[in-house]
Order: sequence, then C-alpha cells, then structure tokens
Amino acid sequence: MATEFTVPDAGAKTAAASQEFETEKMSLAMGPSHPSTHGVLRLQLELDGETVTNCDPVLGYLHRGDEKIAENMTYNQFVPYTDRLDYLAPLANNAAYAAAVEQLADIKIPERVQAIRVITSEMARVSSHLMGLGAYGIDVGAWSVFLYTFTEREKLYTLFEELTGARFTTSYSRIGGVSRDVPEGWNERVLEFCDQFLPILDEILKLLTRNKIFMDRTVDVGIISAEDAIGYGLSGPNLRGSGVKSDLRKDRPYWGYEQYEFDVPVGSKGDCYDRYLCRGEEMKQSVRIIRQAIAKFPAGDYYAKDAVRIFAPKKDKVMTSMEELINNFMIVTEGPQMPAGEVYFEAENPKGTLGFFIVSKGGGVPWRLKIRGPSFCNLSILPKVCQDELVSDVVSILGSLDFVMGECDR
Amino acid sequence: MMEFYFELPLWLRLTVQGLAVIAVLFPLAGACSMAERKVSAWIQGRPGPSRAIVPWLAWIPGISLLQKLGVFHFTADGGKMFLKEDVAPGSVNKFYYYLAPLIAVVPALCTVTFVPFGAYWDAATETMKPLVLANVDVSMLAVFAVASLGVYSLILAGWASNSKYPFLGGVRASAQLISYELSMTLSVLPVFLWVNAPGGEGSLSLIHVVNTQAQPGLWGGMWYVFLMPLSAFIFLVALFAETNRQPFDMPESEADLVGGFHTEYGELKWGLFFVAEYAHMFVGSAIFMILFCGGWHPFPWLPLDTLLGWLGGIAPIFLNPVVSGVIAVGIFLAKLIFSIFVFMWVRWTLPRFRYDQVMKLGWQKLLPLSIGNLIFYAVAIAIIERS
Repeated sequence: MATEFTVPDAGAKTAAASQEFETEKMSLAMGPSHPSTHGVLRLQLELDGETVTNCDPVLGYLHRGDEKIAENMTYNQFVPYTDRLDYLAPLANNAAYAAAVEQLADIKIPERVQAIRVITSEMARVSSHLMGLGAYGIDVGAWSVFLYTFTEREKLYTLFEELTGARFTTSYSRIGGVSRDVPEGWNERVLEFCDQFLPILDEILKLLTRNKIFMDRTVDVGIISAEDAIGYGLSGPNLRGSGVKSDLRKDRPYWGYEQYEFDVPVGSKGDCYDRYLCRGEEMKQSVRIIRQAIAKFPAGDYYAKDAVRIFAPKKDKVMTSMEELINNFMIVTEGPQMPAGEVYFEAENPKGTLGFFIVSKGGGVPWRLKIRGPSFCNLSILPKVCQDELVSDVVSILGSLDFVMGECDR
Repeated sequence: MMEFYFELPLWLRLTVQGLAVIAVLFPLAGACSMAERKVSAWIQGRPGPSRAIVPWLAWIPGISLLQKLGVFHFTADGGKMFLKEDVAPGSVNKFYYYLAPLIAVVPALCTVTFVPFGAYWDAATETMKPLVLANVDVSMLAVFAVASLGVYSLILAGWASNSKYPFLGGVRASAQLISYELSMTLSVLPVFLWVNAPGGEGSLSLIHVVNTQAQPGLWGGMWYVFLMPLSAFIFLVALFAETNRQPFDMPESEADLVGGFHTEYGELKWGLFFVAEYAHMFVGSAIFMILFCGGWHPFPWLPLDTLLGWLGGIAPIFLNPVVSGVIAVGIFLAKLIFSIFVFMWVRWTLPRFRYDQVMKLGWQKLLPLSIGNLIFYAVAIAIIERS
C-alpha cells in the first residue's frame, strides 16, 4: 500500500532537507533535572527539528570526590562510601572494593566468604537489572513494568535487610570477610525467592519482548558496533549487547566463579533491544548461579583468619582481653596496616567492570585510590550514538545504557 | 412535574440543561482522574490512593470503605487545584498563556451539546424520544468541527510558554491531531453511507444512527461494530491519537518532553487541560458508542424500546418517561465507563510510540486503510441498494 513516498519523516537524516533552506538549530538542555536522565546527567543537545545534530554530555553534578575522600580515611572506613557508587548494587561494590584491598594485603578469604560474596553479588545484579529494566520501561512509556519489577526488587531488599540490617546502603563486605554470617534459614528464603521470581520475570519480559511498539522503539536504535564498544571501553551488558563475549566472571574468575555453570548472553546487533535482552537473560543466569552457590554452600568462618590485623575484633573480646583491645585501638585510629604496593582489581558488576586501583605507601590509608566506574565509560559513547537520532531515541538509548550517576560522577 | 418543566420558556430550559452538562461533566472529569489512579493501581498491583478523608467525618461507620476506594481524593485534588496560588512564569506571554486552557475546555464542553445521551418513552406517540441538548441534523459534523478546535489550545500553550519542551510538545500536537483527523472522518463515512438511502433525504444526525441500529431483522438490529469492524477499529485508533492518550501521547510524553505542552502550567490551569482531555475522551467514547455500539440500546438485536415494552407489560412504571430516561442514560453511561476503562487499560499497558512512528502510522497505514475501507463500503452498499 505504501509507495516510495516518505512522509514528514523526522527520523530520516535531515541533512538533505537542511540544504534546501537554512534552518536555525535549537539548543536544548536535557537535564540535569529531567525525568529520563536517571539522576543528574545533563545532555546539551543541538537539535535540527527533533533530530539531534550534536550531543554533549555534561557530567559532575553528583561529584562528591569519593577518590579524594578515600585518601583521608582508613581502608575499613571507606567501605560505606562504596555503597554510594552504584547505589543500585551496593553489595557488589562492597565486595569488589574489599577484594581489591585483600589483594593488596595478600589475604586468602575462606570459601564460605567467597560463596556469600557470589550469592550477594548475583542478587545485587538481579536487583540492579530489575531497576534498570523498570526504568527502561518508563523511558519508553510502559509504566506498569516499573511497578512489577519494583515489587520483585522489594522482595530482594527484604532479604538484604535480613542479611545486612539495611535495605539500601548495605556496607556488608569487610576487608577479609563479611560483617556477619548468613542468618539461619536465609539461604532457603533466597531459594524460595528464586523459585517464584523466574515465572514472574518471564511474565514481565513478555510484556515488552515481543511488543510491537517496544520493538519499534528499540530495534535498530542506538546501534553500537563491537569495535566501538571495545574502543570506548564499554563493559557489562552494554559490551555484551554489541556481541563481544566478555565477562570477567568467565575470563578472569574470582571468588570461585569457575566452579559455577552459567552462560554469558551476547547480542548480535548492538542496538537497544539487544542490550535489553542481555539484561533479561543475565538475571536468569544469576538465579542459576545463586542456586548452585547455595547448593554447595561451604561451612566455615565468615572472615579470614589471617585478617586479624584488619578485621576489627569482636566487641566482647575487646572488653575483656588486653591484646584485642590494643588491636582494636590500632585498627580504629591508624587503620589496618597494609604493605606498600599497587593493586588493581576489577569485578563484573551489574553495570559493567568496576575496578579499584590502589596505591599504597604502607600504613592504614591509601595513598591514591582510583575507581573505574563502568557507568562513566559506558556514557562516553553517548555523543557518537546520539548523533542523528531523535529526541525520543536519546531517551531510549540512555535507558538502554543503564547508568548510575553516583558511579559516573563519583 | 414534567409538564411544569416543559412550560418553562425555551431559553430557561436550555440554560438549565447547559448548566446541568457542566455540573455533570466537570465532576465526571475529576472522577476520571480518580479512576485513572485507581485503575492504574489495580493494574500495577498496589492499593492506590486510599488515605484522604473529609475532616470530622471519620466517625461515620462504613466510611472507611469509601476512604479505601479513594473517593475523597477526588475532592481533595479538585480543592487543591482551586485553592493553589495562581502562578505564571515571568517569561510567558500572559494573554495566550491564560487563554490556552480556556480554549482547551470550551470546545470540549461544547461538543457535549450535540451528543444524544439517552432517550425516554413518550407515551403519546409510543416511541423513544431522544435526549439531546441541540438536536441538529448535522451533529456529526458539528462534533468534529468543534472538537478539532481543541488543538489550538495545545499549540497556544506550547508557544505562549516560551520554553523549549512545551514548544516541541505544541509542534507535535498540531501535526499529530491534524494527521489523525483525516482517518477519523473517513472512518465514519461508511456508517453514514449505510444509514442514508441514496436519492432520499440524507442526515448526519447521531440520533438517526442510533435508531437505524435498533430496527427489526438480522441486518437492522446489528450494531455497526459487527457490520464495519474495520471502521470501528480505525475510529478507535484515531480516537486514541486525537485525545492524546497513550500510546499516542506525543504532546506530553513525559519521558522525553518532561510534561510537553503543559510543562509550564500549574494549579487550575493545568487542571483545565485534564478536564478537557477527559471531556474529549468522554465525547469521543460517546460518539464511538453511538456510531458502532448502538448508543443506549442494551444489546444488539434487542433495542431498548422492545425491552421497555416487555418490562412495561410487567410493571407500568418502566414506561414512565423519567424511569425510562434514567434507564437509557444509565445504559449509555455504563458503555461510556467501559470505554473509558479501555482507554486507561491501554494507557497502563502499552509503551509509547515515537513521534515519527505516530506520523508514519497515521499517514502510511491508517489513512490508506480508511480510504480503502470507504471505497469498499461505497461499492458494497451501491451493489446492495441496486439489487
């Protein structure tokens, strides 16, 4: 029915049209206070009609100087600050930071701690992806998806609360262990959650995956080629969405990830739809990992025995024993004594590769702590992807990159 | 009572009827916004608004049920909008900025005058007499003409706000509404081709359409939604676009344009836009129900006249003009509420189109479809009439 005639097609690249008559370009500040820039990202857009001719991300509205703060406090004190990086997956951040410092102090953590970290990190991944998925739903106009995913996320947060005492900023990991052991029956409750979660997840994804309008909004929108994705330093689902099979859990296994069986989903085209599909599948794989980890949950301590110089002693010991009291005093005032050296550790976080680079000159305080935030690198490709897209597509692309400004601005 | 009313001078009767329309439609729009929140809550599995209660009334037994239903939020929201400080940003063009919400509301309320909303049993002629404020012969045209004036309010609001997001919203609104007006008008033409015999005196009256759906026989009693499903479908899609409802809510798509044309509006001015939107939904649904779903007739092949005749045989009270009128209006209102519910259902289920996809859908899919539909029915009706 439709002939070659194309209608007021704002989506077509308007370069040809603008040659015919001179039009004025419009400068539009999208953010820092905008419903779909997920926090305080600001995009300075240059628009020709509704087509973006230039996109200039302006960062730093949430800059708190986390890296400098780290230089002014002991290693232990910095753990709560890692909560505030990617505040949608604090459990994974805590663990990644702790692992970096453990590498510096050369501490071997017990298997039980490894299993706890794997379980909590994967739960954090599920909760982060649920949030990302729901927010993406809102970005393309499907409001109810957000509420459905939020309900599931609340169930996870209740489990987090049982484990750590906090729902949001958990500060669970300690250097050389975790802050407390897994409560009785918690693992079973996690399994119960997993059992009821998968059918609900399928239902939620069904709302979007084959939805014609959703596919119109995401398929072939914001295509990132594999070369670009690697070149711009993308990581996590955004990199895998572009078809690069790269997952630190497989490539450079830590915390015993090598003993778990799971698949790494990759996209084929690198558009928003692929990134969405990757996230959906990753949640299912995370559930798989959680089940395996709980099935062979090792007994033992929840902290490393050789971490006594770092891990503050038990309170009742501090009150009764001189040795423990002095130890506690030293850890609190001077910080845990670390050898001099440099380490870099990166973990596969929900948003991508979260890396900590620590330069220590000995003593209880890092000389320099550099954080490689995946959201920052993922956003670096924005000017390239948003070129010649529509304003609505910018929203769609932003949502599919699933960034968190707390981690990007640090 | 009835006699007294009909003895009043015509101007007084029309004033009373007009005020009645406003008195019914304004609270209905408010109730719609309430229902929107309740329906969305229901769809999303949360309780929704359930806290507000009128002060000093909490002691009344059973009132907590109304409170749970969120009935008082409706008055609380309305009251809040009326009592808020009237603020206009400094950069706006004041005259057009204040004019825009008025232009939104006035056409929306005006269209109601042309819509028949029920009928009553007239014992003298033993027929149903329609209830309508302005019984004009071109009511369909009049509704289209007046309703499409509403687009000016969106353009004016977008332009007068002197801000970029409202501007983009206003531009989108004007393009979108004009595109879908075409397919909407074309989709109702087969209905009028069908109801008007060629050669005879034609009519664009909505009452006439309702009456032709209530004739005896297989074809006479058939609602046009069965006879012309494609027309009904095109009309419904165009209606969604015309009322700026999801998935076509381009002018106010909050994900990319913050609030679209009403970004710079607040308090009652903002509320008026929504009164207008819900009034448009009401009128649009009413037209849909009249054209395709038999108006105030309860079931296909069972007109209200027949039903009332049976019921009147059992209890003569059903043939009372007031009782029969209330029944007819009630049936019509129930259909309307169902239609509004469908609007909300769609809104909270589907994602939103992109602007250029909306335009493509309108011009490349819906318009050719409605033209083809019109040609098909024109040919079919000509063949039927000749044979």
